[in-house]
Amino acid sequence: MTYLVTQTLNGLFSAALLFLIASGLTLAFGVMKIVNIAHGSFYMLGVYVAYTVIMRTQSLLLGAIAAMLVVGALGFVMQRFFLRRFGNDPLAQMMMTMGFALLFRDAALMIWGGDPFTLQYPGPLRGSLEAGDVVFPLYRLFVIFVAALVGVALWAINEKTLIGARLRATVDDPEMASATGINVARLSGLVFAAGAALAAFGGVMGGPILGGYAGIDFDLLPLAFVVVIIGGMGSLKGALVGSIVVGMIDNFGKALAPELSYFTLFAPMVVVLAVKPTGLYGRA
Amino acid sequence: MGVRRLVVVALAVVLLVAPFVFSSYWVGLLTEITILAMLAMSLDILLGYTGLPSLGHASLFGVAAYAVGVFSTTYHMGFWSCVLGGIVVGVLLSAAIGLVVSHVRDVYFLMITLAIGMVLWGLSYRWIPVTGGDNGLSGIPRLEVHAGLPFAGPNTFYYIALAVFATSALAIAILVRSPFGLTLRGIRENEARMKSLGFNTWLHCYLSFIVSGFFASVAGILWAYYNGFVSPTYLDLTASSELFLMVTLGGPSTLIGPVLGAGAIVLLKNVMSAYTARWLLILGIVYIVAILAAPRGVWNLGDRGSG
Repeated sequence: MTYLVTQTLNGLFSAALLFLIASGLTLAFGVMKIVNIAHGSFYMLGVYVAYTVIMRTQSLLLGAIAAMLVVGALGFVMQRFFLRRFGNDPLAQMMMTMGFALLFRDAALMIWGGDPFTLQYPGPLRGSLEAGDVVFPLYRLFVIFVAALVGVALWAINEKTLIGARLRATVDDPEMASATGINVARLSGLVFAAGAALAAFGGVMGGPILGGYAGIDFDLLPLAFVVVIIGGMGSLKGALVGSIVVGMIDNFGKALAPELSYFTLFAPMVVVLAVKPTGLYGRA
Repeated sequence: MGVRRLVVVALAVVLLVAPFVFSSYWVGLLTEITILAMLAMSLDILLGYTGLPSLGHASLFGVAAYAVGVFSTTYHMGFWSCVLGGIVVGVLLSAAIGLVVSHVRDVYFLMITLAIGMVLWGLSYRWIPVTGGDNGLSGIPRLEVHAGLPFAGPNTFYYIALAVFATSALAIAILVRSPFGLTLRGIRENEARMKSLGFNTWLHCYLSFIVSGFFASVAGILWAYYNGFVSPTYLDLTASSELFLMVTLGGPSTLIGPVLGAGAIVLLKNVMSAYTARWLLILGIVYIVAILAAPRGVWNLGDRGSG
């Protein structure tokens, strides 16, 4: 029982991180049909930028802000100058993001070196919570809580604001949206930058536990893609449900059959694809 | 057209006489190029001719290579059992994956093959009792010895690879010009119309996936023998996307394009790694420049219509 509760909480922690990564990925896909191979790199760059800032200032908050600003700006530039011109060619866009993913990885290796590291725990969150037999690190609970807040905020923006309405219109039909006067190009840039910043934020949140190392970008990418495929490409709700499914399965899979981790993700993905090719909440 | 024919003839002549002209280092590179060119052509069946962008293609190649590795080192099987085993494993895997992906198209196909490819990579990396994990499997016997050939050495291997490459290229060329191949192109251009003409488009895509997997497996088997070991890097995302780059850089829906693409990437990789350790940085820039300069591939430059 204790084991079950602990593993469930761990699974929720993975789900929280995955949600932060996958929500940006799914939105970029919904709006621009971009399969962004560099999305894991945004996560990685987030950890590295935060690491540099935290070393100087000892503040996780400042680190998170810096990471989001830097990576968000990077995403904006990438979309504006390299991806937008291939607006109707998803393959060229994908290749472009692949090029950037390799570039970012090598650049990170050049700037920060290859030694793995973890971010410091923020002081007040260092302890753990005890309830009966279950001992659970406070920080993990904090991350689950923050991701839930981000989820609520994204939902509110998407459903209750003008930008959200424009966003939904663009996901449904970019051409019609553009015809009604929505600046689709600017909106796309904004979504891409916001998605990059969210992934970087995910990197900072995961930093004290997963840390940063060369290769973390491509380690997380398949998980994020499986989330988006299961949940439905372009759907925020799908990203949420998909994150929980994948977080749980990955976590229990790793605990029960470590040599088959990753492979345990295969089954649910195939089942979802067989029953509903567009994913749980996706629209064709 | 004249220039292109000249290029093809020149290439064929260079490939045939290479061992008499070049040093063994270059013969090694050419062996790599012929094997990877075969792999790139097999991807082109999907990407160029059927219009299905697979970003997990290296995993079919890698799994066949692993099959040879496991059969020859763990089970000490004979040469033909290893070759057949590799092909059977590769084709069965393609048939299984094909069932899942043959009804999706475009960018969805891309994403799903990417995810499946990475799952297989994860398996090769973590399933240590069978695959040896990060260390891979070493000790695969030399092909000439394993097959019991009277000749040995890099030149023999090169000619075997070249012969397999030429046979595959011929088979693929016949395939894409056959009624089956024309149907695939029809599906690429307008699937709804092909459907209304009575073609079972799902089945055509499925068969195309399996055929492509077959040639990828053949390349994987040669690759395992050529290197003498297999490792998870054969099937990681970088490998799949490098393959994708070879085809798009060279020119999809041509057969020469992928060959040129494979040659360019292998040469670039080897030449650059002699000068700098920043190979990934340069490869990243190559991606970006290639897409900016020739989004439809070098071999299609100057072409207005499609092949």
